[in-house]
Parts: sequence; C-alpha cells; structure tokens
Amino acid sequence: MRSLKYVLNKIIKAKIQDNRKIIDRHYLLTLEPSTAITTPKPGQFYMLSVNNGLDPLLKRPLSVHNFLDGKLQFLYRVVGKGTDLLSSRVTGESIDILGPLGNGFTVSKTKQIILLAGGLGIAPIYYLAASIAGRKPVLIYGAGTKETLIYRDQIKNLGIETVIATDDGSYGKKGNVVTVLKKYLKDTSLPYTDHIIYTCGSEAMLKPLAEFASEHGIKIHAAMEQNMACGVGTCMGCVVKTRKGLKRVCKEGPVFNLNEIEWE
Amino acid sequence: MKVSLGRLKLKNPVMTASGTFGYGKEYSEFFDINKLGAIVIKGISVNPMPGNPTPRICETPSGMINAIGLQNPGLKGFLKDQVPFLKQLKTKVIVNVLGNSADDYIRLAEAVEEAGMNAVELNVSCPNVKKGGIVFGTDPKAFEDLITAVRKKVKLPLITKLSPNVAKISEFAKIAEDCGSDIISLINTLTGMSIDINTRKPRIANIIGGLSGPAIKPVAVRMVWECRKAVKIPIIGMGGIIAAEDAVEFMLAGADAIAVGTGNFLNPLTTLQVLEGIKLHMKSQGINSVSEITGGLIC
Repeated sequence: MRSLKYVLNKIIKAKIQDNRKIIDRHYLLTLEPSTAITTPKPGQFYMLSVNNGLDPLLKRPLSVHNFLDGKLQFLYRVVGKGTDLLSSRVTGESIDILGPLGNGFTVSKTKQIILLAGGLGIAPIYYLAASIAGRKPVLIYGAGTKETLIYRDQIKNLGIETVIATDDGSYGKKGNVVTVLKKYLKDTSLPYTDHIIYTCGSEAMLKPLAEFASEHGIKIHAAMEQNMACGVGTCMGCVVKTRKGLKRVCKEGPVFNLNEIEWE
Repeated sequence: MKVSLGRLKLKNPVMTASGTFGYGKEYSEFFDINKLGAIVIKGISVNPMPGNPTPRICETPSGMINAIGLQNPGLKGFLKDQVPFLKQLKTKVIVNVLGNSADDYIRLAEAVEEAGMNAVELNVSCPNVKKGGIVFGTDPKAFEDLITAVRKKVKLPLITKLSPNVAKISEFAKIAEDCGSDIISLINTLTGMSIDINTRKPRIANIIGGLSGPAIKPVAVRMVWECRKAVKIPIIGMGGIIAAEDAVEFMLAGADAIAVGTGNFLNPLTTLQVLEGIKLHMKSQGINSVSEITGGLIC
C-alpha cells in the first residue's frame, strides 16, 4: 500500500533505543529508524506518535536535537498528557514518526553567528551548533537556575565558545539570555550588524529580542512553535502573522526571520 | 468499489472532508491522491479570509477543537493558484463553498462549475448577514431559501453539508432533498469548548470551536442513520473516521460514501488505509459491492 516514491523518508517506524530523564521533567529520546534516513537539517522537526491509542489523538511535533550514526535524538519536556505518555515509553518499543518536516535554519556564510537558547530552546540549537561548529559560532545558553540547566559541562564538548547563564546566577553568568546577549554584543569588537542570531524560544523571549534586534539592525532567525495538528500544512492551526501575510509554522517555518513577524 | 452518488460517480467510496486535506497538494507529497474516490477541498469564500487568531486548535479526549476561521485565499486566488493542479487530477474534485448570502454561494458555485470541478459542497454553517447573522444551517427557513436559490442557478451535483448543531438533523436532510440538493454530507463539527484550568482561559482564541475526531463518531453515526430513514438521496458520512471499521459502521448506518477528516491529521495515509481496509472487510465477508453494505444495519 505504501508507495516508496511518496513516503520515502517521511513516514517511518522507529525503535526507541533510549528514553532517559536528564533533569526534572526533561527527557532525551534516541530513536533508531527502521529504514535509513537522510540527514535532517537543523531546525526541521518530526511528528511523533506517543502511543497507539486514540487519546491523545495527535502526534507531537519535536525538533531534531541531534542526528548521530543514523539515530535521531529529541529533547522534550513533559508538559501534558502526550509528553507524559512519551516519557513512559521504554527501550525496544516502536513508535511512528513523520518527517523531517519544515525548513531548517539557513546559515549565513559571512556573518558572525550567535546561537541563543533559553531553556528547552536548546533542543534545535544544539543540533545547529554541532552542525556548524567549524564556523566558530558563539553559543549563549541559559535557564532559570543551575538545576534547570539541561546541559552544563556536556555542552562544552561542542568545542565552540559558550556562555552559560542563569536567571539567579547560581551557575555561569547572572541574567537571562537576552540580557547576556546584549552585554556580549556591547563588549565585542565587531559591530552589531556583523552578527546574525539563530534562536529558539517562547514568544515571551522572542518578542523583546525582535525589538532589540530591529533597534540595532541585527538579523535574527528563530524556530517558532505553535499548536499544530497535522504538521504538513493542511490543518492551518499553526499560523503566525508576518509582514507577508499568514504563514504556517509547519510548512513555511518553523524558522522565521523575526524582523518579519507581526506580533499580536 | 465503484459507488454512484446520483450523477456523481466515484471509483470508490473514500473521500476527504473539507478543511482537512488543503487543496490536495500537501498530501500528494505522500501518496497518489488519485486513488481516492474524491477529494473535497478546503472551503472557498468570495473574498480572501484571514481566519482567526491563534491558538486555533486544541486537543481534547479522542478529538480536537478547531476554530481556524475559514482562512482561505478567496475565489480569485483559488482559481489562479489551485485549479490548474486540481484539473489534472484523475479523481473527482469537490469544492466546498461558503458565504454570507445566497448570492455569495451562487457566485462561487457558478465559478466552480465553470472551472470544470466535479461537484460543489455547500458549507451552510455560516451566518446569513442579511438576516441578522443567523446561521443558514441551523434555521430551517434560511436553509431552505439558500438551497433553493443555489439549485436554480447551478447544474453541478450539489452537496449540502449538514450541521449537527440542531435539535433534529433529519428535518434539515429532508429540506435539502426537497429543495433539490443531490447529496447530503454529514456531519460538520460539533460546537465545543475547552478551558485551561490553571490560566482559567479558553484553550483556543475564539473561545468556542468545532469538535472533531473519534470522540464525535457515535453522534455522527446516529445522525447518518436518522437521515437515512428520512431521505432517499445519497449520503456522505463523516465524523471521526480513522479506520476502515469506522467507515463500514457509517455505511451500515446508511452512508453511500464516507469522508476522512481529522484522521488525515493523524497520518497522511489514513484515507488509503481506510480504502484498503474496506476492501479486506468486503473480501472477508464475501461482499461484492459497496452498495451491499450501505444501509445494511440489522435492527
């Protein structure tokens, strides 16, 4: 029934190789696809079925956290019934995945790259960092406290310049990633406009970031999130308002130039 | 697997529900959509509609609520950007249309006819602006006037999509039949609501929306059965179909064809799996023709 021509690299069964808790409520899922898949682009995502039943009904969109030796990794936080069920799945079990979906980050060839991730925003940014380590990007990564930092020492294995921050100063620099970014740019010798920022985070983080960037003429590309049902462009649930009209996070996104977003 | 919905002949009874299959292009990346009996494309209005603010969807037990707000590119955009792709398909293309007056529906249906599409489906779950915003599909008089007016002008097979948000759906089925609708399709989504108890806010921006998915299937099956008893015209059954077993249930209740809606969101191949499953069911039960299942309920 499945024609290879159409479903190649899209609808796949994958075996859970590992599904481990990293910190409170945060899990790292490693999947081994049943068929070889091509390398997903950083910023692309998969829809994952959390179980085989009717509740929850929909697949969950998760951005690729890493792709190593043909295995896909996803980093997720338990926020509701779906992710709670996903966290209970164990090694050896099989789940359906659909992807890779959406467009990844388009990496600038000339500008100094800054990678900015707050909290779970590290999920796609880590993969991007690993993919472009040779371009010598600077990673600014933060969380509320030392305990809620998903990565501390491990992130140094990426071999790139990394600034870690916590809101309460319990680890690394004190402050949120946006304040740390501002200070970094102020202190660096390069002009603001020679930088490009790649990020992923909540609207609460992206909105002030967009204002700051437009003030200083810095480009920011952000992986955005929105409730979605299908992940392939038909349900129209996941739209964001841009200067060029409504765009679907799953199809035209999830990465958008923040200067083009019209905030509600 | 052939079925006849009056003048509308399908190669098999599996269709898509409007609003869950885009304009066909997205799913054609996953499979040959020509294998389906028909595709019903997302509703078109005369002018482009931006739709509702987000969040537009939320998940509920075995279902989901949506209030997309009928976002669509309008008639011009549809004719220019979608029709060329739709015209080369080798399956029947049914265009869902929506408006705020009978004139809107007529203009759309005439354009759909001229564009060479195979049938038009009336989304009657829209407010009639001239009559104080009363929804066509829940007011018998507005409903009757609308179908009568469109029927006068349009030769294409006319499908009326019934709203389940009424006390007695068979009453509307009968009116549709009497006013010349060739086919009825049911059900549209059930009005629903969901609240986040921590923020005390509605979980979608529009506050209320349309509930769909397996959660509504028993309601839909019951309504198909009631309509089957009330009318002779063909029925397209839908509401929570995600597997062949669901489809057969609708047919036994009286559906001549079925449509997969939310099921498309769960897996792009749901329609194909439903089609293959119906074939298997027929084989295992020694059934030669789909029409042997339709209305086959024993009670």
